[in-house]
Amino acid sequence: MQYMALIYSAEGASDVDEQTLMAQYGTFTQDAVAAGVFKAGDALQPIATASAVRVKAGKPVVTDGPFAETKEVLGGYYLLDCANLDEALAWAAKIPTARYGTIEVRPIIVWDN
Amino acid sequence: MIRAHYGRVLAALIAWLRDFDLAEEALATALLRAVETWPRRGQPDNPPAWLLSVARRAALDRLRQSKVRAAPLARATLAMLAEEAEDMPNADTPIPDERLRLIFTCCHPALAPEAQIALTLKTLCGLSVGEIARAFLVQETTMAARITRAKAKIAGAGIPFSLPEAADIAARRDQVLAVVYLIYTAAHSAYEGDTPTRTDLAHEALHLAELLFALRPEPEVEGLLALLYLHESRRCARSTESGALVSLRDQDRGLWDARLIAKGRAHLAHALGQRHPGAYQIQAAISALHAEAASFAATDWAQIAGLYRALEGLAPSPVVTLNRAAAIAFGGDAGAALEMLAPLQAALASYQPFYATRAEIHAQLGAHAAAKQDYRRAINLSSNSAEQSWLAAQLARLP
Repeated sequence: MQYMALIYSAEGASDVDEQTLMAQYGTFTQDAVAAGVFKAGDALQPIATASAVRVKAGKPVVTDGPFAETKEVLGGYYLLDCANLDEALAWAAKIPTARYGTIEVRPIIVWDN
Repeated sequence: MIRAHYGRVLAALIAWLRDFDLAEEALATALLRAVETWPRRGQPDNPPAWLLSVARRAALDRLRQSKVRAAPLARATLAMLAEEAEDMPNADTPIPDERLRLIFTCCHPALAPEAQIALTLKTLCGLSVGEIARAFLVQETTMAARITRAKAKIAGAGIPFSLPEAADIAARRDQVLAVVYLIYTAAHSAYEGDTPTRTDLAHEALHLAELLFALRPEPEVEGLLALLYLHESRRCARSTESGALVSLRDQDRGLWDARLIAKGRAHLAHALGQRHPGAYQIQAAISALHAEAASFAATDWAQIAGLYRALEGLAPSPVVTLNRAAAIAFGGDAGAALEMLAPLQAALASYQPFYATRAEIHAQLGAHAAAKQDYRRAINLSSNSAEQSWLAAQLARLP
């Protein structure tokens, strides 16, 4: 099964300096690739760069930023191919941000045709 | 009789089919067949193997008939299952015990706690949705939706039907034990109406604890089993015939079940002998000290307070500290106990036993006005009429 690990944290909340964090993410990604679990993964630009779009009365309305003030924001994701939820959760727990943020693990819908 | 086999046969079916609903449906068909044929032809030599074999055939029939399930994936599964079905168990084959895998799946931490409890009672104990709903005082439709959501999550999120990895097993086992303990406490403390009516749940919890211990004979599992035997030994003394609650202090110790106490103590001694202490073993040890005491006053309160301190070390919580304070007060040092309670008030502001305990301590110290105030708060916080009348009686006793 494929699982999306969505990485949430308060911006700037890291428990180590940025260089160390990047190195830790590098190690995690390498491990996931080596185990054949890694399908995709990216980091997102800070929330200040976000735009929101909704269609109102047939016209797209673009606004600045996210929809609600939330403490933890989506900062990146991994797409992981795992045998089951336990395996996905074990990988998610190794994502460095899990130490100071939250990793939401969601299975990907597989369309039959 | 038939229900005794329910969990075992269902677990074997789920292990085979990987589908809770299909397994339950198939087992229901088999049980119906049993009710029709056993009285006439007599019970088969191996009832669970008979049920499993009939249920497997029913599941295969259902899969073949169903258009919904005939998706490409299901067709492949069907072919595989049909092949496996060739070596169906006959009356002599012992059926594999998959109940441990089932209970770990039902108590998976990714499921909501109330869903874990409901699913465990439904699948392992074979309780109906209606019975579970009545036991937990929710509408049957609410409980049915809760169970359906949990099953959908197991399938949709890929919660495995397997034992956890070695690294997770201790935490996940504690989760399973917590579910069994919650089922038991729901039976004897959370009832609301006028009489305690949930003896069934207590039996199911004991049955689950016995099953877990048979499957995983570990000290903490045995600690929980001992704790439940010891709690259960006091059932008859815990309430009057009219349903009024009787506190430990006022219980007729002659009503305590000596056979259950002996069982509890034997399991506790064996568990403690393994030298892997844990929270359930300590709670069982506390319960055993109560069981050994000739009266409330003659209870070894010093040792009980010491055990609560050990429990605070293992699993710190304000409720445990409250219990230690109560033991210290019963041991005679109400002043020290009152001092211990002050820092707990914020955390336990809406916890009925906090005020009931403090009321008793105030009363011991002769502070009757403060005691009355706390009894009134406790009564307001209680949703249980038996408990309320007990508290009101304590209040009325004060000068």
